[in-house]
Amino acid sequence: MQTLEPILAAHPFFQNLDPRHLHLIVSCASNVRFEAGQFIFREGEAANHFYLLRHGTVQLEIFVPERGPLVIQTLGEGDVLGWSWLFPPYRWHFDARAATLVRAIALDGQCLRTKCEEDHDLGYQLVKRFAHVIMQRLQATRLQLLDVYGVHS
Amino acid sequence: MVYTPEQQPVDTAFPDPMLPRLYRVEQVRREIRATCTLALVPDNGTTAFSFAPGQFTMLYVFGIGEIPISISGDPAQPHLLVHTVRAVGPVSQALQQLKRGDVIGVRGPFGSSWPIEDAKGSDVILVAGGLGLAPLRPALYALLSQREQYGRLCLLYGARTPQDVLYARELARWRGRFDLDVYVTVDSASTAWRGQVGVVTALLAKIPFDPANTVALVCGPEVMMRFTTRELQERGLSAVHIFVSMERNMKCALGFCGHCQFGPTFVCKDGPVLRYDRIQSWFGKREI
Ligand SMILES: Cc1cc2nc3c(=O)[nH]c(=O)nc-3n(C[C@H](O)[C@H](O)[C@H](O)COP(=O)(O)OP(=O)(O)OC[C@H]3O[C@@H](n4cnc5c(N)ncnc54)[C@H](O)[C@@H]3O)c2cc1C
Ligand code: FES
Repeated sequence: MQTLEPILAAHPFFQNLDPRHLHLIVSCASNVRFEAGQFIFREGEAANHFYLLRHGTVQLEIFVPERGPLVIQTLGEGDVLGWSWLFPPYRWHFDARAATLVRAIALDGQCLRTKCEEDHDLGYQLVKRFAHVIMQRLQATRLQLLDVYGVHS
Repeated sequence: MVYTPEQQPVDTAFPDPMLPRLYRVEQVRREIRATCTLALVPDNGTTAFSFAPGQFTMLYVFGIGEIPISISGDPAQPHLLVHTVRAVGPVSQALQQLKRGDVIGVRGPFGSSWPIEDAKGSDVILVAGGLGLAPLRPALYALLSQREQYGRLCLLYGARTPQDVLYARELARWRGRFDLDVYVTVDSASTAWRGQVGVVTALLAKIPFDPANTVALVCGPEVMMRFTTRELQERGLSAVHIFVSMERNMKCALGFCGHCQFGPTFVCKDGPVLRYDRIQSWFGKREI
């Protein structure tokens, strides 16, 4: 059976990761696919996975009473979806829905957390990579909050 | 490769640059909210002028006032002077009220332009935010009219919501071309929108480019340009390969009054298109 290791190694999120760590991670990985319109996860549910997107588009949505669901970000090939599995209480903060057919690698959060506790070097690598993603999203959120294209008079 | 903003010669056919020429409104097109595009033609006896992509004019609504507005039309068709205006105050609102046949005053064209000539042989990335697509549109027309002279062409455009996407029809047409990559993103949307949601800087991550052979033309609100230039530099693009179009309040548009000063530069004369290394240290300074 073909292992997912080369696919993980080729994903931008795991670029230049030590093969020893990739080898540890691969046992937590599985191939998944979501049909267009299908929810990948929903706000408040237990966050047990994160996803390396390989194909398709995912919408991160937030439901606003009286306004309905709003899309706050789209993610696509090469992006990573979800970091709530890293931090207690391990619950999703948004809905994620496949806007098109989505193919991804799902990584089991509990499995990874155990491995990170056993191997802190691996834990450091993962947290560092997620910190970078979180920093980029925070910058983007600030820019969105500024509403720079609005008329400010 | 050295890129420089192009300085345009003064129009000697019309010696007094303080005197407006008369132009007649040929067409008014309603765009997104509070925004319209005016196509102007020279009124009786007025001679048309040519312009370069990135230049602006001073539009004078008689009895109300005069404001700088970028030319958003095709430089290959100078007889039709096109501007896209958003209503924010008295003069821009008065421009929105114009109807076909109304006459206004036009001074210009003024300022520097995008480095269309120098960019030949390079890849070009255009990054526009909001109404910033208007001053970049003439550059895109010029690049596409000599498409074979450039490497990869890529337009990244960010707007507030799907309803705020300027020139949506034209963007769709451009997106259909095989020799131009077009990416559009909005800051927020309902689930009915099938396109990208996120900030325009996130689009930069989607495109591969060779920093040594790429020039970036950036136009939009100043904060958006700050984030974009930072991201471009993080991706390896040198400040001498990045061009921004600046906006400052103006009066004379001729480098006399100092109204438009930005650090050591006068936006009306040295700009509005400036190479980023010239203004980098002033960008984002609170006192400026
Ligand atoms: C080189 C240059 C090119 C420009 N190109 C365009 C263009 O293509 N289309 C266009 O619609 N506008 C453009 N502008 C901006 C335009 O000149 C101003 O919106 C205009 O001067 C406002 O005049 P007003 O009398 O309508 O409003 P004002 O009474 O002067 O201003 C009303 C409100 O709008 C705010 N405001 C003024 N100028 C700007 C600005 N530049 N950006 C954001 N808010 C502003 C003011 O702070 C004030 O709160 C350009 C400016 C420059 C310097
Ligand atoms: S507007 Fe007078 S110097 Fe620039």
